[in-house]
Amino acid sequence: MAPRRLLLDFEKPLVDLEEQIEQIRQLARDSEVDVSQQLLQLETLATRRREEIFSSLTPAQKIQVARHPQRPSCLDYIQLLSDDWIELHGDRSGSDDQALVGGLGRLDGRAVLFIGHQKGRDTKENVARNFGMASPGGYRKALRLMQHASRFQLPVISFIDTPGAYAGLKAEELGQGEAIAVNLREMFALEVPVIATVIGEGGSGGALGIGVADRLMMFEHSVYTVASPEACASILWRDAAKASTAAEALKITARDLSQLGIVDRVLGEPSGGNHWAPLQAADTLRTALCEELNQLASLSGQELRDQRYSKYRRIGRYLEHPEMEAAATSDTLESSASA
Amino acid sequence: MSLLDWFADRRKTAPALRPTPEPDEGDGLWSKCPECGEVVYRKDLIANASVCASCGYHHRIHSEERLRILLDPGSFIPVDGELSPTDPLAFKDRRAYADRLRDSQRQTGLRDAVVCGTGTIEGQGIALAVMDFRFMGGSMGSVVGEKITRLIETATEQQLPVLVVCASGGARMQEGMLSLMQMAKISGALERHRSRKLLYIPLLTHPTTGGVTASFAMLGDLILAEPKALIGFAGRRVIEQTLREKLPDNFQTAEYLQDHGFVDAIIPRTQLRSRLASLLQMHQQPAAVSA
Repeated sequence: MAPRRLLLDFEKPLVDLEEQIEQIRQLARDSEVDVSQQLLQLETLATRRREEIFSSLTPAQKIQVARHPQRPSCLDYIQLLSDDWIELHGDRSGSDDQALVGGLGRLDGRAVLFIGHQKGRDTKENVARNFGMASPGGYRKALRLMQHASRFQLPVISFIDTPGAYAGLKAEELGQGEAIAVNLREMFALEVPVIATVIGEGGSGGALGIGVADRLMMFEHSVYTVASPEACASILWRDAAKASTAAEALKITARDLSQLGIVDRVLGEPSGGNHWAPLQAADTLRTALCEELNQLASLSGQELRDQRYSKYRRIGRYLEHPEMEAAATSDTLESSASA
Repeated sequence: MSLLDWFADRRKTAPALRPTPEPDEGDGLWSKCPECGEVVYRKDLIANASVCASCGYHHRIHSEERLRILLDPGSFIPVDGELSPTDPLAFKDRRAYADRLRDSQRQTGLRDAVVCGTGTIEGQGIALAVMDFRFMGGSMGSVVGEKITRLIETATEQQLPVLVVCASGGARMQEGMLSLMQMAKISGALERHRSRKLLYIPLLTHPTTGGVTASFAMLGDLILAEPKALIGFAGRRVIEQTLREKLPDNFQTAEYLQDHGFVDAIIPRTQLRSRLASLLQMHQQPAAVSA
């Protein structure tokens, strides 16, 4: 039997339906009554309800889905996608971060480097994985592996799933800022295709530290934030309870970020989110990764670098000559300024 | 140690993030040092690069005074001075972002939190960006990202060294993910500058934190800092709250970062110009001769 699903609060309307379905099943087992018709009706209803709920999630609800403990993690996807996976360890400077993992594997027959943040499923595992919050050593391990991949012509497949880079005394002493900064710069120098996918939550600089890519993809219910809505609420609203308001204002969903020109491709999720159908999620991911890799395969190392630079070069909204542009409509002037 | 002592101790050692009055602002003739209490003639203080002559306290200065202290008089040529912020997310917290922008612009006379241009330091050409903490805490949004990127691109073309004077609370939340992506954009421009074997020096001033620390502040060929500047990735309070770790008194100061290997040299502001001139000379940028 499958492990019991943890239901989120907005899924509660589904609970009653599920219980009814379960009761009828029980009844059918214990007696000779044919209930298949009622079962089918109720199951159809439940599916429709779930689709309704999940097609109109608020940003705050998406955060709950993105952080769901049963949402497929980096290593789950690697196991599902890759044939020949071998994890590689260590930053060569005295540490092996368990919150940021990497290694080589095959995706559709071609050798690639996988890297990604790794959260735990339960408290014990989360302690070992530091809740997916990577330390400087993790970013340095990732860089070592990415540069290795670049030397040996292995595409880099990166999975983003972190609340943020670890904020602690040791992390500061070891140069958390420096570690992330160097990754940002050096990812622009990689001469192989880089595809990053936000599989869960993308928390600020800690996410970006393995996220400079030729293609940035995002699952439908994933979120990517400049600062956690909790932190943002306590700083800007002076009230941590305003987190859902902040989540709304910050534009953190896949659709919003695709409109802002930051996310290149949004991956659909099964209704109920990826944790309802991990195999289906992995299939979606595999198809997208292979399509994007095929598109990038023909480009030379220098072409990849140039295109990657242009992709980030375009991001930003500003006014070039506000006084001259004041007469124009704000829509056209924004797009011309950011072009 | 009694609880009261502990509080007093904490107050003494916590790095001051409260805005300190800038010496060339206000009408008074006299200025009192917030560190040692010494009262000095304001003109003398400014003549000493806004550094307290008796205790060495570095007053916060804004971009205009920074340019005056660093560059040869009259050598500064500003670029992209008109580039202005917009409100891409129509963001509103307790106040609308558009209103905050208008107020900051009115108070500072700046369009956004960075001033960029070229100039000379003892005759040597340099591309220079100076962040201004008065403008929304020096936070980095699209305009800051775009201006610094353009400056680095120009420097790469003209083979100039780049100096960025950092003073920032980090990425500007009101522009959401557009702000975060400026970290990548600037780092990409620095990668190109670096690949031409050109010199990049960030100068870290009080405070340099968050997304700025996790990008261009830490990417210098040489990283310089002003004495006692607060420099860090995560905020002190965040670390204390989430981890309940006891933090050392000098945590996240320039001196602390130098001890841990992340700052090449701490240079008092009064020596900054001559030290930079020497450093530039020793790296002999080819275009410096004609600049």
